[in-house]
Amino acid sequence: MPPAPEPADTIFAPATGFGRAAVSVVRISGPAAGPALDALAGPRPAPRRLSLRRLTDAATGTLLDQALVAWLPGPATATGEDMAELHLHGGTAVRAAVLRALGAQPGCRPAEAGAFTRRAFLNGRLDLTEAEGIADLIDAETEAQRVQALRQLEGALGRQVAAWRDTAIDLLASTEAALDFADEGDVDDSGLDAALTGRAADLAQDIRKTLADGRRGERLREGFCVVLAGPPNAGKSTLLNALAGRDAAIVSDIPGTTRDAIEVRCDLGGLPVMLVDTAGLRETADPVEAEGVARTRRRIETADLVLRLIPIDAPEPDREGGPATLWVRTKADLATASAGQFRPREPRNPLPLAGRGGGGAEGTAEPPPSPPSSPQGGEERCVLPHDATAETLLISARTGAGLDTLLAAIQRVAEASLGGDALVTRERHRDALTRTVIHLDRVVAASPDYPPELTAEDLRLAVRSLGEVGGHVGVEEMLDRLFAGFCIGK
Amino acid sequence: MHPSETSYDVIVVGGGHAGVEAAAAAARVGARTALVTHRAATIGAMSCNPAIGGLGKGHLVREVDALDGLMGRVADASGIQFRLLNRRKGPAVRGPRTQADRALYARAMQAAIAETAGLSVVEGEVDDLIVADGRVAGAVLGDGRRLSAGAVVITTGTFLRGLIHIGERQVPAGRVGEGPAIGLAQTLDRHGFRLGRLKTGTPPRLDGRTIDWAALEMQQADADPVPFSTLTERITTPQIACGITRTTQDVHDLIRANLHRSPMYSGGISSRGPRYCPSIEDKVVRFGDREGHQIFLEPEGLDDPTVYPNGISTALPEDVQAAIIAAIPGLAHTRIVRPGYAIEYDYVDPRELDATLQTRRLPGLFLAGQINGTTGYEEAAGQGLVAGLNAARLAGGSDLAVFDRAESYLGVMIDDLVTHGVSEPYRMFTSRSEYRLSLRVDNADERLTPRGAALGCVGSARAAHFAAGQEVLARARARLDALSLTPNEAALHGLALNRDGLRRSAFQLLSYPEIGWDRLAAIWPDLAEVPPRIAERLRTDATYAVYLDRQQADIAAFRRDEAVRLPASLDYAAIAGLSNEMRIKLDGVRPTTLGQAARIEGVTPAALTLLAAHARRGRESARA
Repeated sequence: MPPAPEPADTIFAPATGFGRAAVSVVRISGPAAGPALDALAGPRPAPRRLSLRRLTDAATGTLLDQALVAWLPGPATATGEDMAELHLHGGTAVRAAVLRALGAQPGCRPAEAGAFTRRAFLNGRLDLTEAEGIADLIDAETEAQRVQALRQLEGALGRQVAAWRDTAIDLLASTEAALDFADEGDVDDSGLDAALTGRAADLAQDIRKTLADGRRGERLREGFCVVLAGPPNAGKSTLLNALAGRDAAIVSDIPGTTRDAIEVRCDLGGLPVMLVDTAGLRETADPVEAEGVARTRRRIETADLVLRLIPIDAPEPDREGGPATLWVRTKADLATASAGQFRPREPRNPLPLAGRGGGGAEGTAEPPPSPPSSPQGGEERCVLPHDATAETLLISARTGAGLDTLLAAIQRVAEASLGGDALVTRERHRDALTRTVIHLDRVVAASPDYPPELTAEDLRLAVRSLGEVGGHVGVEEMLDRLFAGFCIGK
Repeated sequence: MHPSETSYDVIVVGGGHAGVEAAAAAARVGARTALVTHRAATIGAMSCNPAIGGLGKGHLVREVDALDGLMGRVADASGIQFRLLNRRKGPAVRGPRTQADRALYARAMQAAIAETAGLSVVEGEVDDLIVADGRVAGAVLGDGRRLSAGAVVITTGTFLRGLIHIGERQVPAGRVGEGPAIGLAQTLDRHGFRLGRLKTGTPPRLDGRTIDWAALEMQQADADPVPFSTLTERITTPQIACGITRTTQDVHDLIRANLHRSPMYSGGISSRGPRYCPSIEDKVVRFGDREGHQIFLEPEGLDDPTVYPNGISTALPEDVQAAIIAAIPGLAHTRIVRPGYAIEYDYVDPRELDATLQTRRLPGLFLAGQINGTTGYEEAAGQGLVAGLNAARLAGGSDLAVFDRAESYLGVMIDDLVTHGVSEPYRMFTSRSEYRLSLRVDNADERLTPRGAALGCVGSARAAHFAAGQEVLARARARLDALSLTPNEAALHGLALNRDGLRRSAFQLLSYPEIGWDRLAAIWPDLAEVPPRIAERLRTDATYAVYLDRQQADIAAFRRDEAVRLPASLDYAAIAGLSNEMRIKLDGVRPTTLGQAARIEGVTPAALTLLAAHARRGRESARA
């Protein structure tokens, strides 16, 4: 076995996109790739040859699929580890079943995003210099994501952080000059003066403003999350499939079929949107279904937008508060006579971004940034019925009636939320910038008799946090600044 | 062995500030040591300004002292103007400094060398190294004598191909009146060492008897001089004052008019000088808009009329120097004893060394001081001590010692040198230390004396003194932790605290800026018996407590990366995915730990990830 970068577990993930396709490939990487392959596909085939195998669920003995499998012993593999590939018949049900069976194998777990790339990198199979930007570019599913990834590669964030760091290094150099060259006649050793404190305050304010962007950048990376919720058999899965144009969820007429959330990533007008189908919301005694309902409630809480689906023939439900919500009457084809009653309308209320129950700490206190100049946007703010008096959309997923209007509504909410030039696209960056602000705040709050070496310490930590975003800062940079600005030397 | 060969464990070449510490440290560790110098009478000479310590440098002196080195004690015996710099700022950035009587300093240093058991002084010039089986095995003197040794420390200062510039005049010399070292420079060339060239300078020396002192502002010594060495009870040398004057616009005009005659501006010198110690030519060119630049007039000794005008280092021709001096307030009739000059010299790219100060190219060879691209007596002394200690340990077959950045300024300096190399003469600043709040002059002994004892370079007298001091400190600290007050009780003593009902220990109280030791001693009278040095020390710990806790976390993270060792034999070309640029950067330094690799300029996180994976892999296959 090849030497692993860490006592590695084994990861697996679909290598091909979601949705309908003739073939769907699942990759497995790690020390248990071989045993897992044995367990599902029987005798291990010769290395690097596609062989036809019957895949069975090791636990139940159920036949999963007839598939081509490959055994790729490391280290000459994409990740540098032992790998196996399963070429399944296209179709989400088959794939879901195989992934479940793999998850039951000892030492195997689903791969988190980028895990294959990271292993490849750790094992020297890849040279990623601008790793994050490039990884995003590879991941970019939509035009908006691609543009953002390019911006990061070109250093939109890097440039901004470099400018901030520049200011912070200036402040640090002034402070250090008073500490390290106090014996020099030409250095003012009075420490931090008011001007310096003022600049630190301005800098903290600038960074704070950028942080108060409602996490647009991260959401653009992760996708705008739309949760489909409603009572069992409200047509959530049918709508999901219709919206995504794919057969992503298992659709049936038995209430309660979808017990776990199913995610479909799709592209709405260039914006990445993640559609999440959930278990139907109802009181239930079935513990499995109850767990599904609980999960649904959690998904709703963290959603960027919730589509509340109610069959057209069901009574009007209570409209409780919560995340931004679109109310949708489904199965319009069952009630043709009353179609006029629920005429789909252009929604028109402005959507306040702040204060939405988005669930995170971000985007709550700060007012929303000015509306983005999205291509269609102009000054027209995104509109959405978000309270009990709002309009209801009427659709039929089966006939397609009302779907365009619904899509347009979703797209507008997403645009308002994701549009604009987002700078901070990663949680790591946000964290570093948040720490920078904390240190600067302490500098600003320092009283005149606060020890200057402690102020210098906070400035140094601020410079270091900024350096974490854009590459590290050496003390030499500070000294360069210092010697350029002060005549040092007795 | 060669018939005329004399045998030692360690040979130290050079008797400057690096050389004496190297030789003394090697001898303390038990090595039979030879200190080879041109003339025994120049041992401990101060070639430039007559002062020891300062900001950042004072830390180094205290650390040398903590390892039982000589500089602190010798400076205490010869200091004539002790001043604690940054006294009004926090203890982490304070710097003890003294001017020294040049003659007293050399005398005290020579006495300390003479007293050191196992240390012989050999007069002569080392011309070449003896190399056997790819290792250094001794040195050859100019007169043909051969000295064999297990390790050699070279501390030749500015002597390697030294070239003095005064105006248009150039004189090959190591310092004024002494010839340059050419043979040794050729030896280093021959072995393939990467050599570079640096420049430094010194001001003209003045006859103090011709200075109009009455017209000058004077700077007094501290009333309560703080010694460098923990072994020094108190300073007994008489203390003197310095004069302060300034350059004027007339002086600046003179300099501008003659700039073409200064080798720095005529093209005679192209090598880099230190930015923090610029010549007066540089000051006028870069900061000529200033009204004037301060000059400190520092007497070179109690019985010596020579005065060192600190701040006007220059390489202008002598006639211009004379005109400049005459134009400076208070110096109208002042006689120049010796002109200022600039000196260019060879240095070895310190990235040729590892953190033990041994060269990778020639095992058994150690380098210390200006030859490594540093400047300053204190920087030299610190390196000398580490090099001498390690040379002796190598000769004796022991493991070599590395001091790290989280432990000492010595570690910061050496890591900076071997990781980044130098582009100008390297000087210590407190801002170079990221753990500045932890690495203070007041705890140097605590940080290093036990380590030095374990390494064999701390004598029994210091070890006993240290242990006694630690006991007093520990007792006082325990007492502070045991004593406590509620806010109500504090109010009875006139201390206004938050009325939160929380009991605060005396140690916590000490962290309040307005609560000093006196206030505590008024509440708990037995605290008055704690020696002031200990009280001061505990106050500092209390003031910094919050920051120190966080710094401890940083240090833990730092040590994690330092613990990932990169094998010396690591072949960067064999690491797939490492770009060519990264390979070149890494190969130039050959970092010994992942932490050091991360500190190399321009090494990307991606490259570090690969190195980390590689190091881990190496460990695993070693285990298998």
